Amino acid sequence: MTGWSDATIWVVIVALGIGTFVIRFSFLGLLGSRELPEWALRHLRYTAVAILPALVTPMVLWPAATGGQTDPARLIAALLALAVGYWTQNAIATIATGLAALFGLQALGL
Amino acid sequence: MASSTSAYLRGIRAALPFLLVVVPFGMLFGVVGTEAGLNLTQVMGFSVVIIAGAAQFTAVQLMQEQAPTVIVLVSALAVNLRMAMYAASLAPHLGPAPGWQRVLIAYFNVDGTYALSHMEYETHPDLSLSDKVSFYMGTATVICFPWYLASWTGAVLGAAIPASLSLDFAVPIAFMSFFAPALRTLAHVAAAGTAIVLAITLQWVPYSLWILLAGAGGMIVGAEVERRMAQ
Repeated sequence: MTGWSDATIWVVIVALGIGTFVIRFSFLGLLGSRELPEWALRHLRYTAVAILPALVTPMVLWPAATGGQTDPARLIAALLALAVGYWTQNAIATIATGLAALFGLQALGL
Repeated sequence: MASSTSAYLRGIRAALPFLLVVVPFGMLFGVVGTEAGLNLTQVMGFSVVIIAGAAQFTAVQLMQEQAPTVIVLVSALAVNLRMAMYAASLAPHLGPAPGWQRVLIAYFNVDGTYALSHMEYETHPDLSLSDKVSFYMGTATVICFPWYLASWTGAVLGAAIPASLSLDFAVPIAFMSFFAPALRTLAHVAAAGTAIVLAITLQWVPYSLWILLAGAGGMIVGAEVERRMAQ
């Protein structure tokens, strides 16, 4: 991988492995059945629906594959995938829509 | 013992539909990781040591963008923070299990094993501790082991895919499939909307720190909307 030595890649893998395990073990292993305060649980409930959209946004708006230029086909395909995911609550339908829309729009010359 | 065996088999049966998600995602990670320049051992390192799809995609994406190591680690771990909530929610059921079992339970704690097991414990509150552990391990058998195999298959296939056939768009679409189906309430939508707006407006923040700021902003808004809606 460009810019990453094998040693650094393994540091990332092992550090993420340990960190992820600590998160997973946390309240199950270290703290027993002690309850988390309600305000903390309330924030944790929104980690996935906050961090993941933040990550996706620039990938959709300024894709590296087009040199950072906004690509109408990718943008429309992403919005369609988001809408289908929201309405169907189905992960596979989300992916199928996004990829089918992108290939379809590119075939149409967009 | 017979009862634990049947709980294990029930866990397996409950998790079977998840293969439809786990296999394509695992293969996608293998392909994307290989295209990004990871070798087969490194791809398998990600999938076996970390065993968390969204975090694995996050790390690979940020590494490709040459983000600093600390940002790669903190961002990928932030994606996994939801698992602390899963652990807290499983603790009343599985907390009394022996230490070595809790280590295995923690390692296999992914969206699928958590969601299925928690639903089972809520609908059958009278299950014994060993039945609860057996059911959980049944779901892990179907969800986690195919994850390794699918990653391996994707990595092997990925090496044969020409770089010209770019799969870059698969990554944002995979992320979208993680969060779009989870937007169930106004608070979820508010959290996601806030994070998107902040991700756009905070792009100037160095070291990819905008990811954490946008994520934290989304979490705060989501939690606040939930609190006000509950009043």
